[in-house]
Amino acid sequence: MPKKLSRRQILAGLTGAAGVAATRSSLVGANTAELPLEKVEQLLSSTRQQGEGVSALGRRSDFELIQRLPYRNIVSFTPLQDLHGSITPADLHFERHHGGVPTLDPETHELLIHGMVDKALKFSLADLKRMPSVTRVCFIECSGNLNIRAGEKTTPQQLSGLTSQSEWTGVALSTLFNEVGLKPKASWFLAEGGDAAILARSIPLAKGFDDAMIAYAQNGESIRPEQGYPFRLLLPGWEGNTNVKWLRRLEVSDQPFMTREETSKYTDPLKTDKARLFSVIMDARSIITSPTYPTVLSKGWTEIRGLAWSGRGKIAHVDVSVDGGKHWQKANLQGPVLSKAHTRFTLPWRWDGGGAELLSRATDDSGYVQPTRRQLIDSRGLGSLPYHLNCILGWQVRSDGQVLYAAEPWV
Amino acid sequence: MKKLHQFGFSTIALICISLFVISPMSMAERLGLGRDVSPQEIQLWDIDIRPDGSGLPAGEGTVAQGEVLYSQQCMSCHGDKGVGGVNEALVGRIADDAFPFGRDPGIKKTIGNYWPYATTVFDYIRRAMPFPQPGSLSNDEVYSVVAYLLYLNAIVDEDQRIDAENLAAIRMPSRHRFVVDDRIPIDYRHPEGG
Repeated sequence: MPKKLSRRQILAGLTGAAGVAATRSSLVGANTAELPLEKVEQLLSSTRQQGEGVSALGRRSDFELIQRLPYRNIVSFTPLQDLHGSITPADLHFERHHGGVPTLDPETHELLIHGMVDKALKFSLADLKRMPSVTRVCFIECSGNLNIRAGEKTTPQQLSGLTSQSEWTGVALSTLFNEVGLKPKASWFLAEGGDAAILARSIPLAKGFDDAMIAYAQNGESIRPEQGYPFRLLLPGWEGNTNVKWLRRLEVSDQPFMTREETSKYTDPLKTDKARLFSVIMDARSIITSPTYPTVLSKGWTEIRGLAWSGRGKIAHVDVSVDGGKHWQKANLQGPVLSKAHTRFTLPWRWDGGGAELLSRATDDSGYVQPTRRQLIDSRGLGSLPYHLNCILGWQVRSDGQVLYAAEPWV
Repeated sequence: MKKLHQFGFSTIALICISLFVISPMSMAERLGLGRDVSPQEIQLWDIDIRPDGSGLPAGEGTVAQGEVLYSQQCMSCHGDKGVGGVNEALVGRIADDAFPFGRDPGIKKTIGNYWPYATTVFDYIRRAMPFPQPGSLSNDEVYSVVAYLLYLNAIVDEDQRIDAENLAAIRMPSRHRFVVDDRIPIDYRHPEGG
């Protein structure tokens, strides 16, 4: 006869065996009845045989199915609701390609820097790796990162999964500029990729000297093909499209180049019948990632969790409301809070079974406060779609425990 | 023991000081990495066209040739006469060249009602189109497709030839609508001059 097990041991066994489901139910937290002892016995099976041996390459648990969500072969969304902490696993980093993922040989692919320089040069990956390296954590977010047609049965991934965070390693762009030498009148540079779109963006030189880098590594390994292998431009806090992947050329100039991406796309029409060019900085925003659709809550304690970030600097604080904005309280921020980086926020909450609407509102250290949808429309006009929609988002908790996106259609 | 410790500490300190003195590189010092490139090699890569027309290659195109090319290479995605295709609408003007995009999200942005520079049309088509075979058009063919699209958008006449001399001079209907985002001033100057 087996010994009677403590409740703690049973719960530990459950977590191991039932994976996601157990984690989910322990998250929403109501106590449940004891298990029959025969079932408890079965849960001990992993302790009575040897497990798998070591391996050359690790993999996710068979109980975990977390995936990007591809859409129309041009974009795939990060599963925000399934992730913890602040780093996005490299294979779950969102994608947005304009001409597919090219295959570039790191032995032959080079970066040309020319234009208003003292000496045009081409750099190989090996050259870049010999240079002084820098590493930083930051988010990259597509500026079209809000599904304006989302209905209430929408996950954070479907709603705003075009933001991801990595630790990037590479060379400061200022190091490369120093290498070629810039003409005094230089003020812009073109960044161009080696993909089928030969995607190109004009970047003010000041950003190049500030914190831009050529990144060749992501989360400790070589950058993934979808993220720009063998190297990409990284412009912390700037819209994803400017972080040109598969970088092949930088041309230094004294004027912007007015490429298709920065004129016919990625511009913001305003209600004043103008359109903003080069609205490149990603303003502060936040999103609750749990509890969200398709979670069904049980009464009792849960933890409201989410991500907040700003392209202008650090997140100063995140306010959370559980009553649709009538009252706000400060969420806990998981440190270290980094500049231009996804910052995890949490707030313990006891759901009493009544209706609730969960909101989060980020404020960054420049004093910028995440706007409401109405403020955004009033300030810019409804037609500034689809870029830079960083408004406060809500999640309705129904009395049956269903959590639904508080959808407000834009069009 | 105490003496050893002191010796170890001062040795480490000395090494640190030496490294500090020897290793920092002045910003002006170059690493000497990278390889030289000839002007001919740069030319193969330097494909961008600027709003002032610099970068435009020799060659020319006509509306008539552009119409033929468009029907073969572009129409299946962009529709007959640049409208009604599965991908971007390319053609369309708004009465009096109004610019109501900020108020009405339903209006399709086209070359005629939105694109601020004609040079961008050449740059983008040569860069990335036709989608199944990007880079497959000759410069003359790109000029012709540009001529046809500008003609469909009522920006040039049917008999207008387009070349490096006249493309940059074309004033697009919405050119004056575009303003640089000034919410956060960005200093565009070179930090050491300009």
